[in-house]
Amino acid sequence: MRVGVVTFPGTLDDQDAARAVRLAGAEAVPLWHADHDLRGVDAVFLPGGFSYGDYLRCGAISRFAPIMDELIPAARDGLPVLGTCNGFQILCEAHLLPGALTRNEGLHYVCRDQRVRVENAGTAWTSAFTKGQEILLPIKHGEGRYVAAPEVLHELEGSGRVVFRYAGGNPNGSMNDIAGIANAAGTIVGLMPHPEHAVEELTGAPSLDGRGFFASILAKLVTA
Amino acid sequence: MSARHLDTVKRAHDTPDEALPYAELGMKPDEYERVRAILGRRPTSSELAIYSVMWSEHCSYKSSKVHLRQFAAKAPVSAALLVGMGENAGVVDIGDGWAATFKIESHNHPSYVEPHQGAATGVGGIVRDIMSMGARPIAVMDSLRFGGAAEPDTRRVLSGVVGGISHYGNCLGLPNIGGEVVFDPCYLGNPLVNALCVGLLRKDQIKLATAPGPGNRVVLFGARTGADGIGGASVLASATFEDESHTKRPAVQVGDPFMEKLLIECCLELFEKDLVVGIQDLGAAGVSCATTELAAKGTGGMAVDLDLVPLRDPTLRPEEILMSESQERMMAVVAPHDVPAFMDICARWDVPATVIGEVTDSGRLVMTWNGEVIVDIPPGTAADEGPVYERPYHEPAGQHALNVAVDLPRPDDLRATLLRLLGSPNLASKEWVTSQYDRYVRGNTVLAQPADAGMIRISEVMPGATPTRRGIALATDGNGRYAKLDPYAGAQLALSEAYRNVAATGARPLAVTNCLNFGSPEDPEVMWQFAEAVRGLADACRTLGVPVTGGNVSFYNQTGVNAINPTPVVGVLGVIDDVAKRIRPGFTAEGLRVVLLGDTAEEFGGSEYAHVVHQRLAGLPPRVDLVAERALASVLVSAAADGLLEGSHDLSDGGLAIALAEACLAQGVGCSVTLPGHDAFVDLFSESAARVLVAVRPEAFGALAELCARHEVPCYGLGTTGGSSLIVEEVMEIPLGELRLTHERTLPEIFG
Repeated sequence: MRVGVVTFPGTLDDQDAARAVRLAGAEAVPLWHADHDLRGVDAVFLPGGFSYGDYLRCGAISRFAPIMDELIPAARDGLPVLGTCNGFQILCEAHLLPGALTRNEGLHYVCRDQRVRVENAGTAWTSAFTKGQEILLPIKHGEGRYVAAPEVLHELEGSGRVVFRYAGGNPNGSMNDIAGIANAAGTIVGLMPHPEHAVEELTGAPSLDGRGFFASILAKLVTA
Repeated sequence: MSARHLDTVKRAHDTPDEALPYAELGMKPDEYERVRAILGRRPTSSELAIYSVMWSEHCSYKSSKVHLRQFAAKAPVSAALLVGMGENAGVVDIGDGWAATFKIESHNHPSYVEPHQGAATGVGGIVRDIMSMGARPIAVMDSLRFGGAAEPDTRRVLSGVVGGISHYGNCLGLPNIGGEVVFDPCYLGNPLVNALCVGLLRKDQIKLATAPGPGNRVVLFGARTGADGIGGASVLASATFEDESHTKRPAVQVGDPFMEKLLIECCLELFEKDLVVGIQDLGAAGVSCATTELAAKGTGGMAVDLDLVPLRDPTLRPEEILMSESQERMMAVVAPHDVPAFMDICARWDVPATVIGEVTDSGRLVMTWNGEVIVDIPPGTAADEGPVYERPYHEPAGQHALNVAVDLPRPDDLRATLLRLLGSPNLASKEWVTSQYDRYVRGNTVLAQPADAGMIRISEVMPGATPTRRGIALATDGNGRYAKLDPYAGAQLALSEAYRNVAATGARPLAVTNCLNFGSPEDPEVMWQFAEAVRGLADACRTLGVPVTGGNVSFYNQTGVNAINPTPVVGVLGVIDDVAKRIRPGFTAEGLRVVLLGDTAEEFGGSEYAHVVHQRLAGLPPRVDLVAERALASVLVSAAADGLLEGSHDLSDGGLAIALAEACLAQGVGCSVTLPGHDAFVDLFSESAARVLVAVRPEAFGALAELCARHEVPCYGLGTTGGSSLIVEEVMEIPLGELRLTHERTLPEIFG
């Protein structure tokens, strides 16, 4: 199984994403923002960071990178994509997911270990969890407050596309405590928390819950 | 502006008596005369720009040099030291073919003027220092000091500083793994922002700031040059060119962390492909510093077309370009045949790069502007042969009176005293600050704040590297109150604590960096503090067997005649052979034995108890015992390697009481202990050095006791972990909920 990890200028968690993919037993394939080439990968991980310095808006410039010309249609055609943090912001800017991530309510960057409730265990990236399960993942962002128009929220809530919700306190003022969402097909998932920083005993958050994301996608790819 | 106004070397010859505003650039008359003597004529305005910044206190260390020599003269023999003082940063052998480079540097004054950008560019500058050794930066730490926490201006400065570090450091993708936040009224007008960076490289990859090989090209790469931080140079521009638009230049630099991140990745690829002969970052004194230092350490000459420097502001004059402190710039020396490959890599990372000159064997640094020579100097005279002062110093008039011990009234209620200290700004949780820093990025952080030391796993830092189980640990410490009472001992106590903090994680302390923050060197009493602190630190480094690899001096931290407490901040780097065996912070499980290593005496001079409860600074600081520190570190390192310890926490500010509280809060595990001595107040709050609290499985206690006996380290079983309270038998019981609330609410209540 080959999972692509995209590096934009200013991407920071690409090495960590690749490590998490490898630890799950898959091959991590580096993808470069300036290439028009997905290298035949089976799924794509858009990692966190400050691509293009977060200038203009987080993800607003990356959305126009050459690699996105390939990724956007492929994702619409069903290629599984996971976007965390800046990757989530890019997915929203690319209109692969609805809504937007804005400045945290408290106006501060927040780095902490956050409890998150799994609301939908039916997506390509969450099948290893159970609905209602609480997991622990680190968050680390300044612009993670999820906002969307009322009709969008209504549609997300009504169709089970809210995949994760913050538990034990909302760290950034997100509407409906939303931490992550999916597209209608459940192949594209974006979330602010960082599963790639919860996969090892020695480092990251005191949790191995991030492994579930990679176990989920590998299971899906094997059966596909 | 036309060329006829340009102050060329020819014009300097023709107008020997033209007055130049050297005094406004901070140069003394005798220093200016020395420049004239070196050149055999008056300097051009561009040459004056170079000499004035290179001979400034900041760049030349003219007041501190005679004292700092002790760090080399008294340095212990260390097989680990690969590059010592004098380069951008020291380099230490950490085994398995790996080397670590680290350094701490101040950005105090800019952080008071403009806290956000001042602190941000402080991080940027130290990161470039590390890059210029050929290393990948892998972590940062910050040692911060502010005025009283309740002061309105502290809110402005602290919020800005933390925001600046958060913004710049997070955007760079470097985990922030520790540091300090200290409040004291003496820092109100003079906050201290000391930024540390550590980098990793293969032993055979070390790069130096040198420009050898005539014909090699000089490449300026990174951000374009703007008017940042020019300050003084505008005097020259306006004086010589009568252009008022140049008289208002910003004195503080503005950082672009995105460019710095690109610069990091770009540099690493350049190093990997071996395309760099020599490299230097552009920090204080910008192009002046980089060209003179590279040339002085290389073949000796360099020819530069200054008008090729890419500008953000096309109206900049040569003097301003020379002094600009625009951030995110580097200068490399590249063999001619490697220039195309060099440029390709820069283009891949969208980093602008320009060949601005070449190395020569002329022994002169020659710069032209539109073809006319405006600088022609022997580069060593600016870089290395600046003035050296033996500033007079004497013990402060009030020092003896200050050292008279006072008998402070004892508290009636030890429980209330513990809570009062735990909630005081210096001892309260720093989560409000550290939660604004990314401690996880790059996925190699093994320990971070509030652990005694930060720790980074090195096996996965660079692809294709030799596999290793090793890790590095880092801690910074300083105590201005101790140093005020006795600067010699104060510096040694700062080193002792950082050394102990590193050992408390199971890592073996290897090397030292320092940031020496003091008032004005022109005040003999301040100079005495400085001389004593340096002497103390150098002596202690020798005894502990850890060499100083580099550092930084920050003088003039004073407002009027009121200097800050002398504040030597010491950083210690250690190595652990197997990161998986690190000792975790605090009490990590129930049913462990709580053991105190080290002896306690009645020592309250400069203590948190005296500070918080009595607002008194008098007497002498705790006794320094380097032999005991060394023995204690040996026990901790051995015990970690043998897997004997389940948790640890060093004893320092606030003594055993605070250490117990913090150890309980680390994982939410309570404890029940009996104090070892006869005097509960002394046992709980004295700040005697060379002590650590450890948690050990009951069956491992015998082995630990034996190890302690072998190293002659006192070892006291105090009790057991477990439950949901901190219980000191016959003295107090505090539920963890109450401890946590007290510890965590202080900073959010003050800073929002």
